[in-house]
Amino acid sequence: MTSWISLTRNKIFWPIVALMALMSFNLFFTPNFFRIEMKEGHLYGNVIDILKNAAPIMLLAVGLTLVIATKGIDISVGSVVAISAGVVAMLIGGDLKGNPKYPIELAMAAALGVSVLAGMWNGMLVSRIGMQPIIATLILSVAGRGIAMVTTNAMIVWLYAKPFALLGQGYWYGLPVSIYLVAAILALTALATRRTALGLFIEAVGINPTAARFAGIKAKNLIFWIYTFSGLCAGISGLVVCSTVMSADGNNAGVGYEMSAILAVVLGGTSLNGGKFYLLGSMVGALIVQTLTTTIYAFGVPPEIAKVVIALVVLVVSLLQSVKFRNLFGGIFGKRELSI
Amino acid sequence: MSDKAPIIEMKKINKVFPGVNALSDVDFRLYSGEVHALMGQNGAGKSTLVKVLTGVYRQDSGEVLLEGKPIRPDSPQAAQKLGINTVYQEVNLCLNLSVAENIFIGKEPMKYGRIDWKTMHRKAEEVLARLNLSVDVTRILSSYSIAVQQMVAIARVLDSASQVLILDEPTSSLDEDEVAQLFKVIKKLREEGMAILFITHFLDQTYEISDRITVLKNGLFIGEFMAAELPKLELIAKMLGKELSEFSYASRSDATRKEAAETHKANKTVLEARGLGLQNSIAPFDLELNEGEVLGLAGLLGSGRTEMARLLFGIDGADSGEIRVKGATANVSSPRAAMMAGLGFCSEDRKSEGIFAELSIRENIILALQARQGIFRYLSRRKQTEIAERLIDALAVKTPSASSPVGKLSGGNQQKVLLARWLATDPVVLILDEPTRGIDVGAKLEIMEKILDLSKDGMGVIFISSEFEEVLRCSDKVVVLKDKAKIAELSGDAMTEHGIMRTIAGGK
Repeated sequence: MTSWISLTRNKIFWPIVALMALMSFNLFFTPNFFRIEMKEGHLYGNVIDILKNAAPIMLLAVGLTLVIATKGIDISVGSVVAISAGVVAMLIGGDLKGNPKYPIELAMAAALGVSVLAGMWNGMLVSRIGMQPIIATLILSVAGRGIAMVTTNAMIVWLYAKPFALLGQGYWYGLPVSIYLVAAILALTALATRRTALGLFIEAVGINPTAARFAGIKAKNLIFWIYTFSGLCAGISGLVVCSTVMSADGNNAGVGYEMSAILAVVLGGTSLNGGKFYLLGSMVGALIVQTLTTTIYAFGVPPEIAKVVIALVVLVVSLLQSVKFRNLFGGIFGKRELSI
Repeated sequence: MSDKAPIIEMKKINKVFPGVNALSDVDFRLYSGEVHALMGQNGAGKSTLVKVLTGVYRQDSGEVLLEGKPIRPDSPQAAQKLGINTVYQEVNLCLNLSVAENIFIGKEPMKYGRIDWKTMHRKAEEVLARLNLSVDVTRILSSYSIAVQQMVAIARVLDSASQVLILDEPTSSLDEDEVAQLFKVIKKLREEGMAILFITHFLDQTYEISDRITVLKNGLFIGEFMAAELPKLELIAKMLGKELSEFSYASRSDATRKEAAETHKANKTVLEARGLGLQNSIAPFDLELNEGEVLGLAGLLGSGRTEMARLLFGIDGADSGEIRVKGATANVSSPRAAMMAGLGFCSEDRKSEGIFAELSIRENIILALQARQGIFRYLSRRKQTEIAERLIDALAVKTPSASSPVGKLSGGNQQKVLLARWLATDPVVLILDEPTRGIDVGAKLEIMEKILDLSKDGMGVIFISSEFEEVLRCSDKVVVLKDKAKIAELSGDAMTEHGIMRTIAGGK
């Protein structure tokens, strides 16, 4: 009984329950949902698609988890995705024979460089000027669209340089390359935050910035670098997005991604009030969001009510995350918990 | 008085938190037209009992009767509807709203479907006039001192037709005049027939105002007494479960003080401030602290004690003067720089400037040490636990484990964790701003004893308290402040409460 209670109090428990519930719904109601085929050495199927399609949001969610843990928010990531995609596309160029204008590695590095600058801009506004995070990143969210349009000359740039497609469309040992990328970024971030004092400092700053300053934590620097890191994650996400469709559309790439990523973080158990953060939870959150979308298409829900269904599922998962709500059903979930 | 029926009766209340029996079979009675003091050490269950009464917590068993009828409020709002109002220890107001808005929040006078500002401001002034307070009610609350904010919090509940008023540590941030003013109001309300539950750690105040006293200890009901029939020493003994002879340890006899003074002569200065000051904060002052010495800062509320501490720890940047640590000029431009120079600082406002409520005790304790080490030299989990457990032991923090969140501890234990955080960094000089504020007598003595121990080990300590008695007990010398300036430094025979008060009264 006690182990069951401690399990239900584990932050990652409820997101996983929600994900499994969604999956089992598909098991019964969506034919062939779990069928995975082997074609030309690649694995195909809905489950693989979910992983592959969730990759850009997962990448954003890694950065956003840390930003949100500092009690901040970054709503510019969707625009940074478009900027990164625009920069890499323009540097590779739309040569029909597939000859890149500049080496692909250089183009990718440049796109990431620009994304890091974008993150630094946000970090400077928030940590040095003291702007409220939502306003500071709203600026880049709006201006970033414009920058993305300028980089692509307001056109959709199509790419034909085959090697670049590897990132978003390639497979490695049967699985999409983008999944390995997500796993690598996640692992590095987890190591960087949990094997050093970084995670503790982030949580401390998010819970009580004044006390953190009094305890000798360089809160301003920390916040600056966290926003910079979020920019980098958005840049990587932009590369994957661009590579998946082999085009860059300054106007539409990454639109609404920031909201999906914030949703993923919140579903994963990290509070918008800052403090304790759960990287793995955010990943599960991103999978919930993607599974929902895929389920709705696979199940043939009419598009006009699809959003309503998504909203309902989000509501249920959010309620499950709430200690207060679970306490209403004290008997079902074991003993009451105390919220601080 | 006791022949009439109580307005509130709590019977055999039980409440269990994970690992702690917060209340075990506690009885409590409250009568109209009486002030009833609830006394006990930290963790005695005072706050929990009040929270059960006001609907913040629900008791596991037992019942609460209001005028003989059982009630079970499930929220503070529900309790308010029943006429049970509370003013909490840490003022719960909206600092960014006006005084009038704070008083009428949620019950604004309306006219034609809109807020009737005129009436609201007039009524707010009337309510405050009842408390003999005359302030501009349209100004935002944060522009007033904590004392005024406290009065506003009381005015807010006075406004509604309440029969029961609960005051949780209302006097902890008030100066003497304000306390007297508050007591006048309490006495008036008592005459009007209000039942008042009063929680305080000040014994003198308890005797000055209360008719009846209930004592709790470790969640157990010790007894209910008429104040007039319970001698003060007996009350203390009941609260602490200690013998009176044990109280002497925190006071330094003259002999030890002299002996300490001898040894200090040979010692070097660890902290020195020359002409340190900041406009509109504190006038330039000199300060000298020797190794193993406790320097007390005494003064009334708003005299500049905290401002002095903030300047020394680099929270506010000084615009004149310099600081020397162990003889070398220290660039104390930020708390971090101060920490690196070997200083430590416990803020008076432990909730908003000290603890990280959601983080564990272990994490709270190692945080400053880890910050000094930097991000990459991460203390191993084993090392962290070792440090935390050593300090939990040394300071007798009452907790089931080092991994419990600090937010679940009582105020005194939170204060000890904060102290532990700085002890972990082994500072040259430790600045303690009101470390004994809002905590019970037992924890106060423990903390003062710890301060003396630390100074014996060679640490320089700056000790700030609003209670002169505490300052005198711990300190080797006392700096007296008044109106944001240092006005005198007392040592030896001049160090008496009377001496401090005379200095303040006759000071420049």
